[in-house]
Amino acid sequence: MVKYFCCAGLLKSTWDQVCIAFWQRYPNPYSNHVLTEDIIFREVTPTNCLKSRRLLTKTSRAPRWMERYLPKHMARKAYIIEDSIVDPQKRTMTTLTWNISHARLLSVEERCVYQINPDNGSWTEIRREAWISSNVYGLSRAIQEFGLARFKTGVTKTMKGFEYVLAKMQGEMPSRSLTETATDRARETALAAKEKAKDLASQAQKKQYV
Amino acid sequence: MNSVGEACTDLKREYDTCFNRWFADKFLKGDRSGDPCTETFRKYQRCVQKAIQEKDIPVDGVDFMGPDKDKTET
Repeated sequence: MVKYFCCAGLLKSTWDQVCIAFWQRYPNPYSNHVLTEDIIFREVTPTNCLKSRRLLTKTSRAPRWMERYLPKHMARKAYIIEDSIVDPQKRTMTTLTWNISHARLLSVEERCVYQINPDNGSWTEIRREAWISSNVYGLSRAIQEFGLARFKTGVTKTMKGFEYVLAKMQGEMPSRSLTETATDRARETALAAKEKAKDLASQAQKKQYV
Repeated sequence: MNSVGEACTDLKREYDTCFNRWFADKFLKGDRSGDPCTETFRKYQRCVQKAIQEKDIPVDGVDFMGPDKDKTET
């Protein structure tokens, strides 16, 4: 039996911004459980989609009651694979994430689709689905319940982390454009002053001729 | 962010910087004028793939976009 979970999320940033943030979201204050992050495969397809595989190492702590049933020296970290396809033509990003270690104990597979929000074109919506299963005889139901609860906590952290990275990205941009605006304005003022000076000079010249 | 291979983190950061710029300025805007990060990616991959082998991380033979499981709602 597989436990299925589905939810929708909203980020108040454009799809482009969200995709850019997706590659820069670690580390953030909500990602302390993410230890390492690597791209281990990447290609642009002939149809101009970007396919990537990211390998993540995360800490994986089991609750007390579960530890009794686990091997004593089981690694307290897990390897996660996250495959993704970014389609800039259709403006969709699809990700599939799952754990490749301890999968018999608890397997969590997540699929996310990031799209432009139909009601507000400068927002991005995320449709998230998850399949949670366990093959531990007699305990699978309890482990799945634990897995689902932890998954939900993880979603909250993911969204907070995303919002943090997006705010940071957008916080940098207005300040940069403010500087640009200031420079432009200074240039305009200088140009106007120069023109005025020329004008005055030619007027003075004319007066001389009179 | 650190690489799984301790020795690869610098190469990874160099690649990430190159990629992020290309992704935002070229790829998303539909500019197909080549990938400037090929060389940094190659160097980074040589390092990280070695680390994956040494650490015995089971990434081989895993289909792209995951195992084609029978997904049923319960």
